[in-house]
This record gives sequence, structure tokens and C-alpha cells, in this order.
Amino acid sequence: MKTQRSSSRIPVVLKQAEKDILADWVKRQLESSTLRTDLLKEAELRKESAAFLAAFRNATQNGALEDMNAAEWSEVKSGLAELSRSRAQAGFTPAETATFVFSLKQPLFARLQKEFESDTEGLADDMWRATVSIDHLGLYTTEVFQQAREDIIARQQRELLELSTPVVQLWDDILALPLVGTLDSERTQVVMETLLQKIVDTGAAIAIIDITGVPTVDTLVAQHLIKTVSATRLMGADCIISGIRPQIAQTIVHLGVNLGEIPTKATLADAFAVALKRTGASLRPGSEGAR
Amino acid sequence: MEHIPILKMGAFLLASIQVDMHDQLALKLQDDLTERIVRDRARGVLIDISTLDVVDSFIGRMIASIAGMARVLDAETVVVGMRPSVAITLVELGLPLEGVYTALNVEKGMALLRDRVTERS
Repeated sequence: MKTQRSSSRIPVVLKQAEKDILADWVKRQLESSTLRTDLLKEAELRKESAAFLAAFRNATQNGALEDMNAAEWSEVKSGLAELSRSRAQAGFTPAETATFVFSLKQPLFARLQKEFESDTEGLADDMWRATVSIDHLGLYTTEVFQQAREDIIARQQRELLELSTPVVQLWDDILALPLVGTLDSERTQVVMETLLQKIVDTGAAIAIIDITGVPTVDTLVAQHLIKTVSATRLMGADCIISGIRPQIAQTIVHLGVNLGEIPTKATLADAFAVALKRTGASLRPGSEGAR
Repeated sequence: MEHIPILKMGAFLLASIQVDMHDQLALKLQDDLTERIVRDRARGVLIDISTLDVVDSFIGRMIASIAGMARVLDAETVVVGMRPSVAITLVELGLPLEGVYTALNVEKGMALLRDRVTERS
């Protein structure tokens, strides 16, 4: 059971002195050293503060100050979530975002003090109520903030995965796959799928895998390359690996990696020449009629 | 019992798998194909698996062994029309079908067979 407390005067205070509290709050925020004037305009801050305070006031009018999960708070929370998300994108730190909510305490407490005057017990009770509720909201912003950041990271990862595996058509029957970045199992899967699908779509006979942009080739990466080549062969196309840098050649031999029958070339140009020869096409330097 | 039809095209045999491949059917295909290679004195075999979208290790091994048997009987085998998902599965299963010729479609497979056969004779 809850101990009997004096009834809260926060709703009344908020209703009567909303303008004063808002003015005081905005003033303090503007004076504060944590304010990021580079990321946030004063007018915007004023608007956000007013919106939050209004929502906060509405929620308290229904006497739900202790039950933060009540429906009355959903408007406050959704507003805060919006704010937190936009700040996460703008580049605020979580602490700076949470401070926005926490900084409401000072003006609110000052106002409560004025209201209660000598009634210290009532003041203590209401200050506690306000603290609980504001702390909860402050932590909520952090939660949303983190979620927003995680969403951004997940989206970037997805985009990176797509960006890093383009399959380009060099000639009628020749595809090239310039690999950039480390090859792990997940990427190999994506690379393989896109390459094989492209072979089906274009009916290509030769695929050149260029590993100029792959920083290191260890046994695992080599294994992945061999898998990709094997799968390509099963589809009925040949593979050439190109762009093997001197260091990579040394590592491959030192590690004892056996690339087997896979033809390898030092540069993409060499591989392209071989591919052209195999498909029966030819290029003469300087001739205009060469397509 | 259902079986996979084997068509004769000149010196080559064409087996097109149009139904879900199960173990029994694969064994039957192996029997029928070796039988026909000998009877028709075929020089090459084309196996079209373009409608096959699921393979297991047994079917994979079966394709490899059919190719092996055909080679013993002096015929080359070309597997054509493999789907990307099937190719990936076979590689992941560790069955890269070494020694089996592959082609993207029947037309290219035919051309490949012709090349191989003239090369050998």
C-alpha cells in the first residue's frame, strides 16, 4: 500500500504558471553550457520546449503522475520519441538529449517552492513525484535515442552490403565483379547470389572476379573465393580471378592456399583480354569499328 | 512407375528433369541413361536441370556418378540450366561436381558437347 500523501499540487501549478515555467526553463536552457547552438536554433528550442511542457501539463491534469505507463502519457512519450530521434540524427549525444528533459526540474521545483511556501512536507512529496516522472521521461529519451542510433547502423550495414557488390557487364558474354572490402561468409553469400543471378540474366560465359579492393586474403577468404568460383562453374560459366597484388600472391603461397584450376591474372586488363579471346571477340587498338 | 524421358538428338542424349527429383527417380535415371548410352552408342549426354529447385547431397552425388559412368562408356556429360540456389547449395554441400561439364542452357550445352566430341575424335 502507498503511504497516504498530501494531494499533488503539480497539476494546478502547471496550469496556472505554465508560461512562467516555460520562460524560466527556456532561459536556463539557453544559458546552459550543454546547449548545442550549432545544431539547434533558439526558435526551435522554444517550440520544442513549449510543446513538451503543454503535453506534460495535459498528462498531469488527469492525475496520473505516478503511473507513467498510463494512456495519458502516450502523447508526451510520442512527442519525446520524435524529438529524441531527430536529435539522434542531428548528432546530439544521449546525455544532451536527456538533459533537455532533466533541465525542467529546476524551474518546476522553483515554482513549487513558491507555491508551498512553508509546507515542507507537501513540497517534499510533490518534488518526489515530479522527480520520478521527469526521470522516467529522461530515461525514455535515452532509450529511444539508442534505438534510433541502432536503426541507423542497421540501415547503413544493409546499404553497405548492397553497395559493395556490383556486378558489371564488360562485354556481351563477360561480367566483372570488382570486390571491395573484406570477404566474410555473409558477404560471400550476397556476392555469390548476385553474380549467379546476373549470369542467368545475361547468359554470360565468363565472370572476372577482381580482388584489387580486398585488403587481405587469408585461408577463409580464399575458401570463399573458391566457393564462388565453383558455384559459377556449376552454372556453366568460367571464372577468372584478377587484381592479385604482389603481397597477396605472397600470402597465398605462404599460407599454402591452393587455388586449384582457377585461372588468375595480375590485372583486370589481362583478365579481360583472356576473356575476350575465349569468347571469340577481339579488340584492335585504334579501330573505330570495334563496337 | 514414373521415369524421366530420355530423348535422342543425333549422337547425343537429352534428359530433361521436369518433375521433383527423388532418390528412386534418380536411381532409375542412372539405369536408363547407362542403358541408352550403350544401346544408342551415344557420344554425349545432356542433363537439363533447369526446373530443379531443390537438391540434396544424394541427388548431387547422383549427377556426379552419372557423369562418371558416362565417361567410362565413352560419352561426355554436360549438366545445363542449373539455378543459382542449386549451385550455391551444391557448393555448400561440398559437391562442386568436379569433372562434370556445365553450361547455362541446352543450346550452349549442345555447342559444348559438339566441341568436346570433335576434340576427342
